[in-house]
Amino acid sequence: MTKRELIQKTGFTLLAMCMAANIVFLGLIIFFIASKGLSIISWEFLTQAPVDAMTRGGIAPAIVGTLYLTLGAVLIALPLGAACAIYLTEYSPKGWTVNLIRISVNNLAGVPSVVFGLFGLAIFVKKAGFGVSMLSGSLTLGILALPVIISASQEALIAVPQSIREASLALGATRWETIHRVVLPAALPGILTGVILSVGRVAGETAPILFTAAAFYMKGYPDSVLSEVMALPYHIYALMTEGTHPEIQTQIAYGSSLVLLALVLSVSMLAIFIRQRYRRGYNA
Amino acid sequence: MHSASKERGAADFLLSGNGVKSAPGLFGEAENSCIEPKISARGVNFYYGPKRALKDINMDFSPRLITAIIGPSGCGKSTFIRLLNRMNELVPGTRLEGEILLDGLDIVAPVCDVAELRKRVGMVFQKPNPFPKSIFENVAYGLEINGSLARRAIEEKVEDSLKKAALWDEVKDRLRESALGLSGGQQQRLCIARCLAVEPEVILFDEPCASLDPISTAKIEELILTLKKTYTIVIVTHNMQQAARVSDRTAFFLMGELIEYGGTGMIFKAPHDRRTEDYITGRFG
Ligand SMILES: Nc1ncnc2c1ncn2[C@@H]1O[C@H](COP(=O)(O)OP(=O)(O)O)[C@@H](O)[C@H]1O
Ligand SMILES: [Mg+2]
Repeated sequence: MTKRELIQKTGFTLLAMCMAANIVFLGLIIFFIASKGLSIISWEFLTQAPVDAMTRGGIAPAIVGTLYLTLGAVLIALPLGAACAIYLTEYSPKGWTVNLIRISVNNLAGVPSVVFGLFGLAIFVKKAGFGVSMLSGSLTLGILALPVIISASQEALIAVPQSIREASLALGATRWETIHRVVLPAALPGILTGVILSVGRVAGETAPILFTAAAFYMKGYPDSVLSEVMALPYHIYALMTEGTHPEIQTQIAYGSSLVLLALVLSVSMLAIFIRQRYRRGYNA
Repeated sequence: MHSASKERGAADFLLSGNGVKSAPGLFGEAENSCIEPKISARGVNFYYGPKRALKDINMDFSPRLITAIIGPSGCGKSTFIRLLNRMNELVPGTRLEGEILLDGLDIVAPVCDVAELRKRVGMVFQKPNPFPKSIFENVAYGLEINGSLARRAIEEKVEDSLKKAALWDEVKDRLRESALGLSGGQQQRLCIARCLAVEPEVILFDEPCASLDPISTAKIEELILTLKKTYTIVIVTHNMQQAARVSDRTAFFLMGELIEYGGTGMIFKAPHDRRTEDYITGRFG
């Protein structure tokens, strides 16, 4: 073997090992959570409310609460984020204003989530008077999801080739018709992928809902957007830090983690599925 | 490719405009001088920022003739035809001087509705650019945005346009399939059908065969010749054989200037300008 072949071989081996390490870590996390939490999972666990100071019963209100909060966040962030991305890529004059907005959006992505939580507390809970509620929590999570949705949407819009915009305009379409009949449909799979990835992030966040939405314990399900909700991440946190039966609570916490992990992973799989399905799009 | 060229008799030769290639070249000037030009460019200068891409262009396009624009890469051919449907407005920082008249009316004037103009002046681009939609939707698009045609009428129009673009037989059983599954040549004919559906008066072709194989190229050329009966056609090409095969008149551009413009036969057989001759004989470009 020559020296160059040896270098190449070493390089590829290192890359393969790094990739293997990734898979190993992911596998370990899933295995670890599953081994500790799987035993507690049952039909009852998934469909019942907690009882006996959360030492028995299930976690259904927390699952439902997380679904509501996430859905609410997406309903708020998708139209706002998509509109912002459309404005930035399709309408605004290129130049320093756009760059400034772009930088702000990226910085927004770097803001720690607990800061969003405090912001939500000050603005939605207190100022707007929504109280600790699903609405306040969804709004806070929605803002948290905005940067992800904006940048994914921008990428999706930029990936739509200029040539099909020109084709539409050359047929006598206005810019608006071109955007909503040609550009948006072409960008939709990319935008949806961004949405779904942001769902993964939003569903697992604890800090933003800590002060804005989460209830420690609820017997039933929320009945309006202004009621408090239980949510999986906060439920896990509460089980691990409060209460009087640490052993059984720890086990329930692992079971809840497994459910949360399954939710987030299945949403990611959905994103991958959508992307695959539409991959044979314009850049085929 | 053309039956006319096989049995070209004296009569055919004199009855110009039937795809007999050399005739309009010889008689074109005299024959068309009395016809109002469909499009005229008057004193056109065009700038990308500080860079002047077109220099004082004066040029008329006669109705129902095919005008070819030839010249080396970067000489301003695309820039020029994209002025005729105001496509260059999409490029920021550009500036136009002079006027461009369509049927005698200034298309650059602020009162001119650019969407309306582009319905009348259609364009086929260098690279086939179908929408990522079905074959049917590609052709129906222009009809849907432009008006209130009933579904049935749209279907008829789509079929009619695909027939005119010589694509119908190849796609009639797969109208609902994605246009992106077609071959390059089929995609380009689809783009032509899409353009025909909105019933333009002028069609601009910007190197329509540049990315196609010889067989697809031949099909498109044949198609362009049939379209000539109805439309005013401008075709940019840097394939000189193509210009000679399809066009009635030819314009030679060089570095943003119109060097020579006349009947295709004259330009290729007896160019007046030394630079045209050099280009045509392949001495540069
Ligand atoms: N968007 C643009 N911005 C700046 N310069 C351009 C742009 N498009 C074309 N040009 C310049 O204008 C000149 C003419 O280009 P073009 O019309 O595309 O030539 P052709 O179609 O004859 O090859 C070239 O020098 C090119 O670099
Ligand atoms: Mg060009």
